Formats: sequence, structure tokens, C-alpha cells
Amino acid sequence: MTTRQHDASVYEEIQASERFRELRSRFRRWVFPMTVAFLAWYVLYVIMSGFARGFMGTKLFGNINVALVFGILQFVSTFLIAWAYSRHAAGKLDPLADELRHEVEEKTTA
Amino acid sequence: MSHETLSTILFVVFVAGTLGITFWASRNTKTAADYYAGGRSFSGLQNGLAIGGDYMSAASFLGIAGIIALSGYDGFLYSIGFLVAWLVALLLVAELMRNSGKFTMADVLAFRMSPRPVRTAAGVSTIVVSIFYLLAQMVGAGALVGLLLGIHSEAGKIWTIIGVGLLMIVYVVFGGMKGTTWVQIVKAVLLMTGATLITLLVLGKFGFNLSSLLGEAAAKSGKGDALLEPGLKYGTEAQGIAGKIDLISLGLALVLGTAGLPHILIRFYTVPTAKDARKSVQWGIGIIGVFYLLTLVLGFGAAALVGGKAITEQDKAGNTAAPQLAEAIGREIFGEVGGTILLAVIAAVAFATILAVVAGLTLASSSSFAHDLYAHVFKRGTATERQEVVVARISAFVIGAVAIALSIFAQSLNVAFLVALAFAVAASGNLPAILFSLFWKRFNTAGAVSAIYGGLVTSVLLVVFSPVVSGAPTAMFPDVDFHWFPLSNPGIVSIPVGFLAGYLGTILSKEYNASKYAEIEVRSLTGVGAEKASEH
Repeated sequence: MTTRQHDASVYEEIQASERFRELRSRFRRWVFPMTVAFLAWYVLYVIMSGFARGFMGTKLFGNINVALVFGILQFVSTFLIAWAYSRHAAGKLDPLADELRHEVEEKTTA
Repeated sequence: MSHETLSTILFVVFVAGTLGITFWASRNTKTAADYYAGGRSFSGLQNGLAIGGDYMSAASFLGIAGIIALSGYDGFLYSIGFLVAWLVALLLVAELMRNSGKFTMADVLAFRMSPRPVRTAAGVSTIVVSIFYLLAQMVGAGALVGLLLGIHSEAGKIWTIIGVGLLMIVYVVFGGMKGTTWVQIVKAVLLMTGATLITLLVLGKFGFNLSSLLGEAAAKSGKGDALLEPGLKYGTEAQGIAGKIDLISLGLALVLGTAGLPHILIRFYTVPTAKDARKSVQWGIGIIGVFYLLTLVLGFGAAALVGGKAITEQDKAGNTAAPQLAEAIGREIFGEVGGTILLAVIAAVAFATILAVVAGLTLASSSSFAHDLYAHVFKRGTATERQEVVVARISAFVIGAVAIALSIFAQSLNVAFLVALAFAVAASGNLPAILFSLFWKRFNTAGAVSAIYGGLVTSVLLVVFSPVVSGAPTAMFPDVDFHWFPLSNPGIVSIPVGFLAGYLGTILSKEYNASKYAEIEVRSLTGVGAEKASEH
């Protein structure tokens, strides 16, 4: 381990670098809108369950009503987002993160 | 042989097996990283199963199946909140925490702030949340085991609570994170197997036609189509607008609370890298999601095959719906013996579930006491690793003993609301502190401390003055009335208060440390300097 001072300047240097900013924006530009989207989709579901009960109780086929389909769709969207995130992370985030990590490790242990 | 005897035998087998694992784990638990984080050597799948094991409590297995059986759709609403919550953990918390922390939630906060105040706040909040959750689980255990084993005397329930408490202490004190994680894995596999088996039998009975199962459930429940729609339990029309706002408040606490629960957060440290943390949350989402889909069939299956009347005769809250369903479907398909065997299996799985969850909670609170309060606040970082682990083990024992004593005291009170309160505190205090410290450059010590105490105190106070504590027939103290807050769930007020307190605390303090933010940002996103798995 080198001194704290030295480490700190390395981190600030990396933080200001083009590639780190690219990594951060790839991460945030995917994760933030997606979080807003799934929270809004979930809150919509909860609000409808409280305030739009007539609509939620509409039968679609047999005894399957809108409420059940809407609920199942929450499961489907959760699974899909988890899967899509892993694709995004493996393709767009991990390679860049690994590259930057090796670089910092070289600088801080040198 | 009666089902009680068979259940007891199966449960003894489970206890013997998990104790064996615990003693094996204790021989491999030497360093602090072993005790707190299982040597960080679990795979994504193993930790994903353990996440499921920690999360699928008896409240969610027996409780949600029971709510669906009696109140139908509203139980499903609960499980959806529990599931979607994992996306917050996956996208915003798991990997970044794995990269920047060591053993506890406070590690991430203390990284760029004045360590003593933030560790004190995080330690207090961790212990409070865990004890609330622990009490609800243990009091529930006393009642449940009584129902399942036919023990109805007060003394029987007290001995059950003591027995569950002692086992949980043994798992945690000796097995540490390694032993506890294996207990979670075994439990998750048993629970998933049991739930899948009953689900397939129930669906098979209805020719794998969900619609006819739902139709039968609606008809037999005595509630008709209302069973298939929201509104029988949460935010009923009789409760008016306040009830509906309460429903939204509950939904918010469920979806935002998970990623702030201490016993869930420490799971992310048990894997070697952030990528494994990501994989483990994905496995967790898959397992938990499938499990909640199974409980949907179990709940409606119990309504259809056991019927609302027979369920409420056993337990008014419906907690025995799943075991009763197991018996009914077993008897119908395999005869009397089949019914006995399936009931015994599901009852034993339920005990295993309770045990595993309380062990996870005891581990989280004792880790935080030893690592945050003892090592960093009292000893100012001068404690050796060895001393820290000894203190962690002693505090697991003490917290376990306190939990047993409180549970015996609280046994006759209605404390089921404590789970929802634990989620509310986690969402209002812990989550703002974690998110701000990972994503907000300006965030500082005053902000972190204000967010945690602000969220914690607001949630607890609002609940104390809510109808769940006084002023309602179902309240903890039904004979007095000092309530003024109309909602049972504080989230809709306390979550914004927590975030606002974090914001105001930050801007009102001058402290600002750009270089430490650079370090945590680079480390959390790239994994530089992340704690490595230990070699054995």
C-alpha cells in the first residue's frame, strides 16, 4: 500500500478521465431511467389496486381478471429488467470497468 | 403415526443436519472475513439461494399463502412488492456495496465520512431493524409451532420460543456467516421443493387450468369473485380513502425497504466479486419470483380445497392454510397416510424457514454491533481481528438471549406489524443514506446521520401513534387509545422525511470531501481495492 495522499490523487485523476466518465454515464444512463420506469410501473399497479377496482376486476378470459394479469406482468417485467441489466452490464460495463481497474492497480502498487 | 410425530422427526433430522454443517463451518471460521462474510467464497448461485433463504420468511410462506386463502388477491399484492424491491438492490446497491464495503452497511457510509457518528447511527438502525424483525418472527414461531404440533399450552409456546432462540444462537455463534449461509441454502432448497410439489399436485387436480382453480376458490371461499380482486384486506372500501393511502404507503415501504435491510445487505459481501453479487441477486430474483408464483397457487388452492371456514377455525390469520392444503391434497391423492406425510413435510419446512431467517437476523445485528460499535466506535479501530470476532460471537449470544426474553414477553401481543415497520425503517433511514453516499458527491456526515435518525425516529413515532399500537381492536394494546396518525404504515411520510433529512443535513453542513468521493466512486464502479475472497 502506498500513502493515502498518493491514492487519492490517482482516484481523482481516474475520476476525471474520459473513459471513467464514459463508464459512469453508461451505468447511470441505463440504471437511473430504468429505476424510475419500474418504480412508476409498480406504483401505477398499487394505485390501480386501490383506486381502480372496477377495472382491475374486469374478467378477461375465464376467471382470469385484469388484476391477475397486471400482477403477473409485474413479475414478467422484473425478470426481464434483471435479464436486460445483466446483458448491459456484461457487454457495456464490465470490460471498461476491468480495464480501468487494472490501470489503477498498476498505478497504486507501482 | 401422527403427523405431529412425523413432523418432529423430520425437523430433528433438519436440525441435526444443519448443526453438523455448523460445526463443520466453525472449524473453517478463523478470520473476521470468515465470520462476517463466509470467507467471501460463495458462488453466485449459492448466495442466490441463501438470499432466497434469508428473505422467504415464515411470514411470506405461511403468511402470504394464508392471506391469499382468506382475502384472496391482496396477498398477491404483498408478494409483488417484495419481489419488485429486488430490482432496487440489483440496479443501485448490490454491486456498488460489494466493491466499496467490507462487512456491514456502515462500511460504505464510513468510507468518506466521519466514521464514529455514522457507524453509531448505522449500528443503532441495524440493531433496531433486526430486533423488530426478529421479534415478529419469534413470536410468530411460538404460535405457529403450537398450531402445527398441537401444542396449545402457554408453557409449550414459551419452550418453543426458547428452543428456536437457542438453535439460532448456536448457528450464529459457531457457524458465523459460513454456517448461516449453508443453513439458508438447505432451507431454500427444502422450501422450494415442498412448495413446488404441493403446487403441482394442486394444479394437477384442476387439470392445470388456473381459471378453474380460481373459480373453485372463489366459490368455496364464501366471498365470490371479490376473492380474485384487490380490496378485501388492504384499503377496504369500509376504510375509505385513508385505507387506500395506507395501501400505497405499504407498497412504498415494501419496494424500497428490501435494499436497506441489514441482513440482506451483508449477503452481498459473501461472494468473491461484484459480478458474483450481481449474479446472486439475479438468482435470488428468479427463486423468490417463482416462489411467490407458487404461493399464489397454494393460497387459492387452500381456498378451493380446504375452504375459508376450515382455515379460520384453525387460525384466524390463516397461517395454517398451506399446511392444511398439504394435508387435504395429500389425502385426496394418496389416501390418509399421504395426507399425514405431506402435512408433516410442510410443517417441518415451515420450522426450518423460521430458524433460518432468525439466524440471518441475529448474524446481521451482532456483526454490526461488533464491527461498527465495538471495533470502530468504542475501540476507535484499535481492536484486533480476533477480539472483534470474539465480541461478535458474544453479542450474537446476547442479542439472541434478549430476543428470546422480549419474544416471551410479547407473546400475547399482536406484533405482526413489526415486519412492516422494519421495512419502513429500512426504506426511510438506511436506503437514503446508502443511495446518497454512493451517488451524491456533496453528501456528508451530517447528512448521513440526519437521514438515518430522521427516517428511523419518524417511522417509529408514527407507528407508535398509529392504530396498530392503540385505539383499534386488533392493536398491540387494544384497551387504550393514544393514536392520532391515521395510517398503519408510515412509509408514505417517513420515506420522504428520510430523504429530505439527508438532503438538509448535508447542505447545512460545510463538510465536503471531493477526493474521498472520487475514491468511492472509482472503487464502487470499477472494483479497485475491493475486498478479496480469502484462501483456504
